[in-house]
Amino acid sequence: MTEQQHKDDNSLDDQNLIDLAKRHFFKKLGMVGATGAAAATGVSAAVELVKEPNKPSWGGATFSDAMGDFFQDHYTRMSDEEMNDALERIKRKAKRKFGVDITCEDTKPMPDTYFGYALNISKCRGYRECVEGCIRENNQGRDSQVQYIRVLEMDEGDSNLEHSDHYYDPATVPVAGKYYMPVQCQQCDNAPCVKACPVEATWMDTDGIVVIDYNWCIGCRMCMSACPYWARHFNWTEPQIAAEDFNPNTNYLGNRPRMKGVVEKCHFCTQRTRKGRQPACMEACPTGARVFGNLLDPESEIRWILENKTVFRLKEELGTEPKFWYYTDEARART
Amino acid sequence: MKVFYAFVMDGMKTALKGGPLYYMWMLFLLVLIGITAWSYSHQWTEGMVITGLSDQVSWGFYIANFAFFVGIAAAGVLLTVPAYIFHRKDVKSVVVIGEAMALSAVVVAMGFVAVDIGRLDRAWHVMPGLGKFNWPNSMLAWDIVVLNVYLFLNLFIPMYILFKHYQGKETPVRKYFIWIVITCFWAISIHTVTAWLLSSNVARPFWHTALMAPRFISSAFTAGPALMIIILQLVRRYTDYPVSQSVIKMLAVIMAIALQISLYFVAAELFTDFYFEGTHAASMHYLFLGLDGFDGLKSWIWTAVGLNLVALTLLMVHKTRENMVTLNIACVLGFVGIWIEKGMGLVVTGFIPTPLGEIFEYSPTLMEIGVSVGIYALGAFVFTILTKVAIEVELGRIGKHKNILKGVGNISDTAEQVEAAAVK
Repeated sequence: MTEQQHKDDNSLDDQNLIDLAKRHFFKKLGMVGATGAAAATGVSAAVELVKEPNKPSWGGATFSDAMGDFFQDHYTRMSDEEMNDALERIKRKAKRKFGVDITCEDTKPMPDTYFGYALNISKCRGYRECVEGCIRENNQGRDSQVQYIRVLEMDEGDSNLEHSDHYYDPATVPVAGKYYMPVQCQQCDNAPCVKACPVEATWMDTDGIVVIDYNWCIGCRMCMSACPYWARHFNWTEPQIAAEDFNPNTNYLGNRPRMKGVVEKCHFCTQRTRKGRQPACMEACPTGARVFGNLLDPESEIRWILENKTVFRLKEELGTEPKFWYYTDEARART
Repeated sequence: MKVFYAFVMDGMKTALKGGPLYYMWMLFLLVLIGITAWSYSHQWTEGMVITGLSDQVSWGFYIANFAFFVGIAAAGVLLTVPAYIFHRKDVKSVVVIGEAMALSAVVVAMGFVAVDIGRLDRAWHVMPGLGKFNWPNSMLAWDIVVLNVYLFLNLFIPMYILFKHYQGKETPVRKYFIWIVITCFWAISIHTVTAWLLSSNVARPFWHTALMAPRFISSAFTAGPALMIIILQLVRRYTDYPVSQSVIKMLAVIMAIALQISLYFVAAELFTDFYFEGTHAASMHYLFLGLDGFDGLKSWIWTAVGLNLVALTLLMVHKTRENMVTLNIACVLGFVGIWIEKGMGLVVTGFIPTPLGEIFEYSPTLMEIGVSVGIYALGAFVFTILTKVAIEVELGRIGKHKNILKGVGNISDTAEQVEAAAVK
């Protein structure tokens, strides 16, 4: 697509979106209480709009994109057309904000899949390669240092999390007398975060993955209080990612760019696993400690582990029913 | 309708008129609100990174104040019950001030939630019909419902009564009594739901206790009357509205009882956690004794305990409770003590250590406090206007009825007469 074409498409889109936004706006104006901040930014955006309709002045977006974002409906209520518009907006925004051309899809769960994860503690050496792989794959803010996986350094013979070291130096591992326990979203079947969310911005999909619609989250952080695994992270500021570090293959309920003021967490790499690939942390792990798979497939490796190994789940007494299991080899490999 | 228009216009005129002291007070509040607008614009553009909050401690000063002021709002019921259920005439004459305080406190509480959420622009997502409301599952959804209804009740009922008085009419209580009863239950519900917002989290052992809601109610019934006693004295000093001393005496007794219950609940929690200390006691240990060398809240909580004990002593000794100077000291100490204990002490401590055992401390930033001052000021602003208008209507100085011409108000009884009636 030439630059000119691209621009034309954009302005056409913009005009439609403005009309749509206006219609929505007047319909909803009476009900939606205008906040001071919104009013102020709205006025300045309107002034900019008169001067130059396609200038990205509204928080790095054009006025029409900002309005499109503002009125975007809940994931489950969006028509295909609305979803396409949303995906286009995401791509445009990524271009403006991060200077990257990304693809963004809305990849649905595969039929007859229910994902689970098993982690072999005896194999984990605490290299934190999974953490790094996850960040590269899932476009977490680099300055804000959002990490979906926490690897805890634990004393041998002690599984009290309060005695764990969160900030050990991965260059020195493995350390004698220590073992390592990575913790990430446990994809609970009975997820406290889903129950706590006041706006249903997070839910469990049919493949068992607890996902978040980042455009619907209001940032109240109720889910963060509810999570017993400290798996949820808030964007305290606008995520900053260098263009060359950006993973351009993104998914709507997955690793697409997030905005400030919303919660995110591990989503079992929906952009990969819903296409039959491994999650990034499993691919990054140098010791083969991680096993991801379909729990409904009796031939899968994860099913073999659940049937043949002694497994445990974190904080099982809370009744959260995680789909994340820990297990050990019979004799743990010594360092 | 025409009369209602006149009522609103007269109310607005009353709000705009006042002596130099009134203007200075309102200007002061507006300046504070301005500070909030400025601070919040920074939070809006830069994100909540300007606060002291973190993934580890994800709620702090804002939510602590939210919880506290929901309690103040609930305490409005402490005038409603004696006025309408026990038919105390002295209390009934000031019940409108209690309702104004409840309404203003709800405004403050909602203000603190508004600044705490990361995407205020998406607030419409919680609106039934427009958004998607996770009700009845989410406790926050419940809280939004009960707070809004309480706001409405505290706006609608006093307005109805005042509007009638404005026309020189007296509505029989039985006509709106059902709404009074609903308000009383609702007051308890708002604070219960706020407590459950915390105690429903199985991930946070410190909050996950059935005692949370009773603790919230008892501490609210301490801090609420404390504020009310001071406000009633201010009304008495700066207006000619009759405030009977018997009301203040009643509130002081309520406060004395509620504070004992509140401290008893704290003691019960301490015993359960410390008798045989399990890992679930870690937060409590952090709060009172410090944990692994971190003790950021220790001096605060012991200060709170001290303040509350002194306040309790002053309230329990008959002489010091009757003496206005010592009573006021008790009110200030009790108010501050509860604010520390259930505000920062209760909310922040729940996050330390994190569910993965990390200890990460929190203290509010200057910006966070900047955002907060105007929210308090907004509450005071709303309260001042509501009270001013209500008093003018109740004293019959504005209105569309014949008493205006005669210069005789609705409340012809002086404070002494009211008191005498109450004693009888």
